[in-house]
Amino acid sequence: MSRTEQHGTLVDLGFDRPQIAARARNQSPIVPRNSISGRALVVVVAIMTFLASITTGTVLLVSASAADWQSEVASEITVQIRPYAWRDIEKDVAAVTDAMRAQPGIVDVRPFTKDESSKLLEPWLGSGLSLDDLPVPRVIVARAQPGTAPDLATLRSRVNQIAPTASVDDHRAWIERMRSMTGATLAAGFGILALVIVATIISVSFATRGAMAANRPIVEVLHFVGAGDRYIAGRFQRHFLRLGLEGGLIGGGIAMLAFGFSESIASWFSGTAVGDQFAALLGTFSLRPSGYLVLAVQAVLIGVITAWASRRTLFATLNEIE
Amino acid sequence: MVRFENVGLRYGLGAEILRDLTFQIPANSFQFLTGPSGAGKTSLLKLLFLSMRPTRGLVNLFGHDVSLLNKEEIADLRKRIGIVLQDFRLLDHMTTYENVALPFRVLGRDESSYRKEVIDLLKWVGLGERMDALPPILSGGEKQRAAIARAVISRPQLLLADEPTGNVDPTLGRRLLRLLIELNRSGTAVIIATHDISLMDQYEARRLVLHQGRLHIYE
Repeated sequence: MSRTEQHGTLVDLGFDRPQIAARARNQSPIVPRNSISGRALVVVVAIMTFLASITTGTVLLVSASAADWQSEVASEITVQIRPYAWRDIEKDVAAVTDAMRAQPGIVDVRPFTKDESSKLLEPWLGSGLSLDDLPVPRVIVARAQPGTAPDLATLRSRVNQIAPTASVDDHRAWIERMRSMTGATLAAGFGILALVIVATIISVSFATRGAMAANRPIVEVLHFVGAGDRYIAGRFQRHFLRLGLEGGLIGGGIAMLAFGFSESIASWFSGTAVGDQFAALLGTFSLRPSGYLVLAVQAVLIGVITAWASRRTLFATLNEIE
Repeated sequence: MVRFENVGLRYGLGAEILRDLTFQIPANSFQFLTGPSGAGKTSLLKLLFLSMRPTRGLVNLFGHDVSLLNKEEIADLRKRIGIVLQDFRLLDHMTTYENVALPFRVLGRDESSYRKEVIDLLKWVGLGERMDALPPILSGGEKQRAAIARAVISRPQLLLADEPTGNVDPTLGRRLLRLLIELNRSGTAVIIATHDISLMDQYEARRLVLHQGRLHIYE
């Protein structure tokens, strides 16, 4: 039997050096991975990232839809002419339509016929009713040139001269309400994001303290052999950065999948009252590519926040250990 | 190298357990620290290792007033000190080799630069066959030797040993004492805290005797 077979695997370092058992090497991490209860932390970070991603995605959807509504509505001017006993409403409609066409900045004017105006009342009064005897107002919709603001005061006074029962509405009040609603949605989204981040930091701090308590003997030995706090924190921090990124990517990934499938989910509900309301409010409920990029960056950011929070706690805890 | 002036130490509001300690540890010196149980030997070692600060007096180590040092500076000074504690403090998830190589690893040295040195020392302390064993399966004596090997591997300027031969048979005890004497001859100041009179009788050296919190020095 050869010498190698007698003693197991040996490394021959040369004739003048002793033969050394091959396994005598640094293979163990200084802080063992299984000493940090990582699974619970990964789950917590994943849930937090998922909630943050859903919040951010919803805020992005609402903002995009609100911007679309605003751009559509902002270029529209509606004139409503109410019928009055001694006035010929058809003449008033024609005169107001001509006056509006003559107004600079107006690119398109469309008077609604009596039937079209009546149809607008159907959602409230139902179909099949004769509206001939009812004083149904007539509507004229005009579209302003994009990027220009027609002189609404002049238009209003001219329209009122022609038809005293007419009112001009540029939807400004509605747009203001939309703006404040979008602002409130954004504020609520940021508030939820802030809460999620604070909850993540607190969870990570507790997990770090737990890990430090479990590994206190290791920290003490590292101090004995001359390791500084920065070196020790570095050994722990790489675990927490990995756990944070793992949780962030899981939570963010699930949220991205949810948004990816939301279009098909929305199609299941199309035709229903809820589905139609959603479609009217949020369009197709699908994120743009830039939205997915924001979610990915956010997931990585939460991983980095986890590492930062653990580093802060590590130094605070190391200060308590002499 | 080490200078204590009127050093006192108390835990909390209790009585002083070390009182008016004034002494010096010269470079390259060898001394035993002895005294009855509870006399404060371990506390004095902790002061020397900078893991505690005195409640009064001056401690000067390697020319530094320790009261003025921050944590990173203390960590740097500790790299020049080796310590062997009674409870060994080996890391259970690391092999004997890895435990002994830990001071080099913390210094950031490349493993190829110290591997042979670690293996040679482990063979010298009789742990050549136990290099890949984890501490939980080592005997008390083997743990003791591994702890000593870890403390001396980086050739510290000051070695502190708390009962370093407490768990080994007399033959191995003599061998470990020889290792510490060899280390001293190569330039390390050694302080051995021990109860073992027979150990002290094996080597003529300065004796620091702690009694009722005060230090008596027998040159």
